[in-house]
Amino acid sequence: MTDAIIDIDRVTKRYGSHTVLQDLCFSVRPGEKLALIGPSGSGKTTILRTLMTLETIESGTIRIDGEPLFQMERNGSLVPADEAHLHRMRTRIGMVFQLFNLFPHKCVLDNVTLAPMLTKGVRKADAERRAMELLDLVGLADKAHAMPAQLSGGQKQRVAIARALALQPRIMLFDEVTSALDPELVEEVLNVMRMLGSTTDMTMLLVTHEMSFAHDFADRVLFFDRGRIVEEGPPDVLFTNPTHERTQAFLKKIIAAGQRI
Amino acid sequence: MEWDWEFVREIMPMLLDGLRITLLATLLGSILAAVAGLGFALLRRSKSRPVARITGFVVEFIRGTPLLVQLYFLFYVLPELGLLLSPLTAGVVGLGLHYATYASEVFRAGIDNTPRGQWEAAKACNLTPYQTWRHVILPQAIPPMIPALANYFVAMFKETPLLSAITVIELMSEARGVANSNYRYLEPMTMVGVLFLCISLIAVPALHLLERRFRPTR
Repeated sequence: MTDAIIDIDRVTKRYGSHTVLQDLCFSVRPGEKLALIGPSGSGKTTILRTLMTLETIESGTIRIDGEPLFQMERNGSLVPADEAHLHRMRTRIGMVFQLFNLFPHKCVLDNVTLAPMLTKGVRKADAERRAMELLDLVGLADKAHAMPAQLSGGQKQRVAIARALALQPRIMLFDEVTSALDPELVEEVLNVMRMLGSTTDMTMLLVTHEMSFAHDFADRVLFFDRGRIVEEGPPDVLFTNPTHERTQAFLKKIIAAGQRI
Repeated sequence: MEWDWEFVREIMPMLLDGLRITLLATLLGSILAAVAGLGFALLRRSKSRPVARITGFVVEFIRGTPLLVQLYFLFYVLPELGLLLSPLTAGVVGLGLHYATYASEVFRAGIDNTPRGQWEAAKACNLTPYQTWRHVILPQAIPPMIPALANYFVAMFKETPLLSAITVIELMSEARGVANSNYRYLEPMTMVGVLFLCISLIAVPALHLLERRFRPTR
């Protein structure tokens, strides 16, 4: 598949003797919204972390826009990527974390302007203007000068989304972004993501336990178990009519836990 | 033996001169200890194994040997190897490096306490390693360490009399000088104690203030 923005080919990842990803293959079209679901420990978060280069892989190839992520070409052959290559590849990808990971010593505005100013040389005034637009987009323009500690979890996560957007990535990774939130704060974050999904052509990968959100939001759902894709398909098919028994068992458990799908 | 206020008045200017040198040595030593301590802490975390190992060995070596021996080495042995340091320079280097090894442990703990998520967020923001240290890790790691560092600097201050052994004319040597030439030890030595105590007493509330100011908010 040559038009894929992300192409994952026979990727294996181990922690010691524990295999987290096993010969994993899948690709993502530009602009596609992909939901990764499955029991914890199934490897779905590891995929996002690997795409963000927070983890390395043992074997296989990941290509972003056709370009290998962890290798680079030198004199016609592929060699392990150096820091400069990884740095260049990372400019295409942004990530939002489960625990927000805002910089606690910087105010909201500085959290959003820091990376554009440092990595792209954007002038302070321009970075701040752009940051205010983004904070406005996530509904937090009035909190620009607050410190992260003064914000609710939902507000922190919306700042984290603005921070990732500030670098204008083509691919956004959302790693269980509502899992650490109080239930009443989940919706404000999901609303921001819905808005992003419908107003931008960013490619979005999300790992989530919010099945009904995944259902409405995603173009395609991948069900993971033990480091492999067990089943994939459009949400209407996968959620209502899963063929694999492990998918059925997983969804049954989710419904038993009280979630609407 | 009777306390002689007249003698105290007479020797006070000299003692205050000595105190000036004591404070100067403490200040310069603290700056060196902070900078070199940070350097040691960063080198110990180096990805290069030999660099980390050698730094670890140097740090343990300095910490495991007495300051007085190090001062003698810097002042009396180095000139034989062609490096002549003035007494005050040797003293500041000795104090600074010795306390740098303690400071490096404080830095190391502070850096290790920075949550992993901060490193990951910095990477996701595509910051370079230098930018990550400069803008994300150190600004968070250093403030909580300041009280512990300040504690060591007060300890260093109280060890400055050792510098008299390498002919630095600080408070203790001034006092010993006037004592020896007047055959009176009561007033000079008492005043040395009083002056050290005064500075330490000022330092204690200052330390508390620092602790309150930099109490972690996270």
